[in-house]
Amino acid sequence: MDRGIHPRWQSLAAEPEFRSLLRSRRRFVVPATIFFIAYYLALPIAAGFWPKAMSRPVLGPLTIAYCFALSQFVMAWLLLALYLYRARQFDLAAARIRRRETREVLETQ
Amino acid sequence: MTAQPSLVMFAVFVGITLVVTYWAAGQSRTSRGFYAADRRIGGLQNGWAIAGDYVSAATFLGITGLVAFYGFDGFMYSVGWLVAYLAVLFLVAEPLRNTGKYTLADLMSFRLRGRGVRAIAAVSTLTITLFYLIAQMVGVGAIVNLILPRFTDAAAIAGVGVLMLVYVLFGGMLATTWVQIIKAGLLLVTSISLAILAVRHFNFSLGDFFSAAASVSTGAGTSNLLQPGLLFHGPIGAWNLISLGLALVLGTAGLPHILVRFFTVPSAKAARTSVAWAMVLVGVFYLTTSVMGLGAATLVGKDHIGRRMYAGQAIAYIARHPAQQSALDAQLKDKGFIVPKPDSNFAAPLLASQVGGSLLTAFVAAVAFATILAVVAGLTLTASSAFAHDIWFSLVRGGHGDESEHLFVARAAALTVGALAIALSIALRGFNVAFLVGLAFAVAASANVPVILLALSWRRFSRLGAIAGMLAGLISSLALIALSPVVLGDRALFPLENPGIISIPAGFIGAILGTLLARDRESEAMFDQLQVRATTGLGAEV
Repeated sequence: MDRGIHPRWQSLAAEPEFRSLLRSRRRFVVPATIFFIAYYLALPIAAGFWPKAMSRPVLGPLTIAYCFALSQFVMAWLLLALYLYRARQFDLAAARIRRRETREVLETQ
Repeated sequence: MTAQPSLVMFAVFVGITLVVTYWAAGQSRTSRGFYAADRRIGGLQNGWAIAGDYVSAATFLGITGLVAFYGFDGFMYSVGWLVAYLAVLFLVAEPLRNTGKYTLADLMSFRLRGRGVRAIAAVSTLTITLFYLIAQMVGVGAIVNLILPRFTDAAAIAGVGVLMLVYVLFGGMLATTWVQIIKAGLLLVTSISLAILAVRHFNFSLGDFFSAAASVSTGAGTSNLLQPGLLFHGPIGAWNLISLGLALVLGTAGLPHILVRFFTVPSAKAARTSVAWAMVLVGVFYLTTSVMGLGAATLVGKDHIGRRMYAGQAIAYIARHPAQQSALDAQLKDKGFIVPKPDSNFAAPLLASQVGGSLLTAFVAAVAFATILAVVAGLTLTASSAFAHDIWFSLVRGGHGDESEHLFVARAAALTVGALAIALSIALRGFNVAFLVGLAFAVAASANVPVILLALSWRRFSRLGAIAGMLAGLISSLALIALSPVVLGDRALFPLENPGIISIPAGFIGAILGTLLARDRESEAMFDQLQVRATTGLGAEV
């Protein structure tokens, strides 16, 4: 595998098809990452600074803090499912680019 | 009491894994096989193996114990360690598979060519894995006492070390992967059974179960086990909790022994599938830690767990002479050992004896032992690939050298790392090294994660930036731990137990400042290629 600076990579990186794949990946990954880190950090921040408020039982004996902690499992699995669903489109676009590229490489040889 | 059955069960586990190793040894004789199982592990299998690598004995015994003692505050570890996989899923797994070959340093030095970046990345990998390795092996002493009361800690550590080396040296990544899978299955069955048996005591009423947990006396003022504040209280406690949370949630994305697992699958898609399976398995396991821990607190009781915490022969001795406990404490202190506080590592085995009797306890002890064995095998393989592939093959030999030399160096490195870990663990046995796991996460989050993220996303990011970022993260996390209460106790110069909240930003700032200092046109020019390959999988290693 040639790992030098090949002009092919630069032209590929500028292609509209690749740009749109990159954009749609970013449109998912960036907000999802910001969301999960914020949602997660809210738990130690709330539990650390407002332990009294977080100690109120809401669901039988379960406190707000404990329910919030359990909700993190649901949050993680939901984001996982959402990403797996979206990633099918990313896979299709990536496979299209890969197929076209390998064909062009074969033709130029 | 439980020595015989657990010995038999452990022997069965070892027997099965040795057969797997014999089979794996016949499958491949290349360095690609040794490091990456020829990239033929499926997504589902790799998901189980990641779960096996991730859930160490420290997690199984430690978290259950922390929940038993501190309730909600202990459960925070479980939450952080699961959510952390979202960072692996979104940001690291697929690009790593598409651009790397065998090690984490491959990803970083893909566009940041040159010796400096690879050398420091390898040093960071070796630091993290060695800390992790010693933390696991020192814990062997406490567990072996459940299985073989007459064995000394040193013999147990040496035994585990030698067995683990057999897996790694003869079976390489393929055998190590299957050992992880078998162990993950055993551990999951064990923890789910324990959780179900604990809830059965309350006629399967979760309401009654949690009510009983909430009414356990904690002796710490007003909080009960379902409320925050038992472990982290006051303003320092709050910052401790946040700092720990940050290290937990970002650290996984920089843990070398987890990340190398993505080189064992055939494609980025399989890497993603394996994270998905790992998140399901690890999530279910962490949910059970809550039930196991609270179950141990309600059904066994904190005082009873605490008294069983003595390592090595101390337990047997105190069992015979209960009146001598305080005298023994003083003796241990005189000899420089850290006297175990009423701590918690026996919560899971004792819950087993309470809800399932001696056979289940034996099973739990055997599974805990198998867990250590599997995790240290994965860690040793990771450390040896960092040494052989990054330091020897890429730096010393400049990428030259034939296949048989490569394989020989990899095995020699594994042997060296294993021997070093055995020696250090025997020297450190009896000391409280639990902080080493936290340190490993903090170093991973501070030294590796900023550089991985910036290398993948910032065109201008340079070699100088990568070196500055890794050094800033590595040095600040090590220094802050050395100055923290974990090491210095009351004389601590840094108030927090976990350095994450300072050292993770330090890693990012170092990387950004280093980059802004000077332009690195060559690394910038490689960014397009990195982006195309990371996103499309074109030119990925096969």
